Amino acid sequence: MADTDVLVAPNILEYPYTRTVGPVLGRFMTGLRDGRIEGIRASDGRVLVPPAEYDPVTSESLDQFVEVGQAGVVTTWAWVTEPRPPHPLERPFAWALIRLDGADTALLHVVDAGDESKMATRMRVRVRWRDHRVGEIQDIACFVPEEGQ
Amino acid sequence: MSDTDTVEPVRSIRAPARLEYRFTAGAAQSRFLRHLVEGKILAQRCPQCGKVYVSPRGACAADGVATREEVEVADRGTVTTFCVVNVKFAQQVLTIPYVSATILLDGADIGLMHLIQEVEADQVHMGMRVEAVWSPPEERGPTLESIRYFRPTGEPDAAYESYREYV
Amino acid sequence: MRDVAVVSFAQLPNVRSEDKRNEVEMLMPVISEAIEGSGIPRKEIGFTVSGSCDYLVGAPFSFVTGLDAVGAWPPIQESHVEMDGAWALYEAWVRLQHGDLDSALVYSFGKSSLGPLRDIMVLQLDPYCVAPLWPDSISVAALQARAWLESGHEESEMAEVAARSRRDAKANPMAQLSEERDPATLLEEPYLVSPLRRHDCPPLSDGAAAMILAAGDLAREVCERPAWISGLDHRIEAHGLGVRDLTTSPSTALAGRHAGGTDVEVAELHAPFTHQEPILREALELGPQVTVNPSGGALAANAMMVAGLTRIGEAARRIIDGSATRSLGHATSGPCLQQNLVCVMEAR
Repeated sequence: MADTDVLVAPNILEYPYTRTVGPVLGRFMTGLRDGRIEGIRASDGRVLVPPAEYDPVTSESLDQFVEVGQAGVVTTWAWVTEPRPPHPLERPFAWALIRLDGADTALLHVVDAGDESKMATRMRVRVRWRDHRVGEIQDIACFVPEEGQ
Repeated sequence: MSDTDTVEPVRSIRAPARLEYRFTAGAAQSRFLRHLVEGKILAQRCPQCGKVYVSPRGACAADGVATREEVEVADRGTVTTFCVVNVKFAQQVLTIPYVSATILLDGADIGLMHLIQEVEADQVHMGMRVEAVWSPPEERGPTLESIRYFRPTGEPDAAYESYREYV
Repeated sequence: MRDVAVVSFAQLPNVRSEDKRNEVEMLMPVISEAIEGSGIPRKEIGFTVSGSCDYLVGAPFSFVTGLDAVGAWPPIQESHVEMDGAWALYEAWVRLQHGDLDSALVYSFGKSSLGPLRDIMVLQLDPYCVAPLWPDSISVAALQARAWLESGHEESEMAEVAARSRRDAKANPMAQLSEERDPATLLEEPYLVSPLRRHDCPPLSDGAAAMILAAGDLAREVCERPAWISGLDHRIEAHGLGVRDLTTSPSTALAGRHAGGTDVEVAELHAPFTHQEPILREALELGPQVTVNPSGGALAANAMMVAGLTRIGEAARRIIDGSATRSLGHATSGPCLQQNLVCVMEAR
């Protein structure tokens, strides 16, 4: 026993959080469960997706929901060649910020494009829904390049 | 297709997080834990105030200086305060009620938390003299579990004056 | 405003893994060095404030055990921020403005070696719509890097920042990563998360730092050339990555303007990823005459919760040692430069 050796032990932490979503995100999550994507209209007319509870400029509470499209444009992306254990996909994929049709802000999600060469900023992508949906962001399994490109 | 036929709105999400860390004990605590394997309780003395800390963390919390002098303290001491656990919780290994106590080991200047067994919970009291019950040597490891618990020695209670500073 | 100065700064050499010392054992020497460097007796320091993050350690309230290194008895006036130590510095500066105390100890510590840092950093993201997907810290930075590149920049600019930072770090004994590399050969390396290569990312570092602030006459008494804080401000942007223009840093620009960040000779910018340095330079309107990150910056040593305070400490050190008369320290927090602090210091 080397008396000077410092002891190291695994320390695995699991936080089984359940989060209350409130009326605004609750409606967004309910929409996802039902296969619908809803944003919210800000005081300057912009549509925020995901919706915010408050106006980003005036801080007034917001309640005018707007359904947006299930396809949109990639505004920036990053290609992951080696997915990490908690990542949504086990094969190489892209993280992307996606501005859905009818929205003015971008949503962070993943694009299952197969190969980095299929990715480009301003490309169009479409939602692929998960089979069994419960009302959470993972109800969107991923986005895929829109057909015909 | 929705997974549920309900029209109830979503009110909450499950957001579990799992993270795997490596805990490093540091030099002082590692030496303390390794000495437990040999049935010894290693402490450290502050070079400024002279107080003896167990378990040692390499520093005097009052003076903010490194504590390098090592001293062995006794495996018996005095209960300075305690609580009787009556609440069930996950991963509980003992049957309730049981007693968790702060024990001022002879020679130490800070209490050590451990269990008191071999006595009814309602008999444990401040000033009670207790001693360590060690695991058999072959079952010991660098963990405080090498001391299974403390039990009463049968000695007369310590006078309150002898431990009032540590309550 | 009351005149407050940095009079002493100390840091540990940054390493990949401090596996022989716990946080207290790391902090003790660095806090002692800062206090001794200030000449102010430990028990006379008016206020103590630290910056750290419990998630890095995986232990709630780990900052409380860090206090063992301070000597907090009899009970001291103390506070903590769950942020980089630069924000602890801000609290100390505000506290000294009250006028009843003349000195403060600021310290921070962080070990990236204890857990999966890229995943731990996910816990700072929106827990409803973003964190459940686990976008790790390098992936999130890569989204910003591509947005910046496509706004009219080249990967070679990023490689230049990497090469210069690690070359400058050779003169910094506290740096972890220092090397002489040709930017052109760096671009031959594969992507880690495209468009980021390994050289665009900071090293994983364990470290600690401590600083002493003093006000007015006390600063003049204990330090020959105090680094007087002439301006200090911090600003934050929205957490949603998709609502921000990631190619600019309006919060840095605003903090810089309010802190009066003009006419500095040296700037230490907390830019953990290469593309973030030019974004910050532009936001702060730093011209080519300004020496940026002579320490090597966060690309050479990036102890979480420490690297921001270290930027201010490095900038202060150049005032104290007489090599500069006006310097700027910057710290960032949150994903993609979400929150930014600017501290301008000068000799008087």
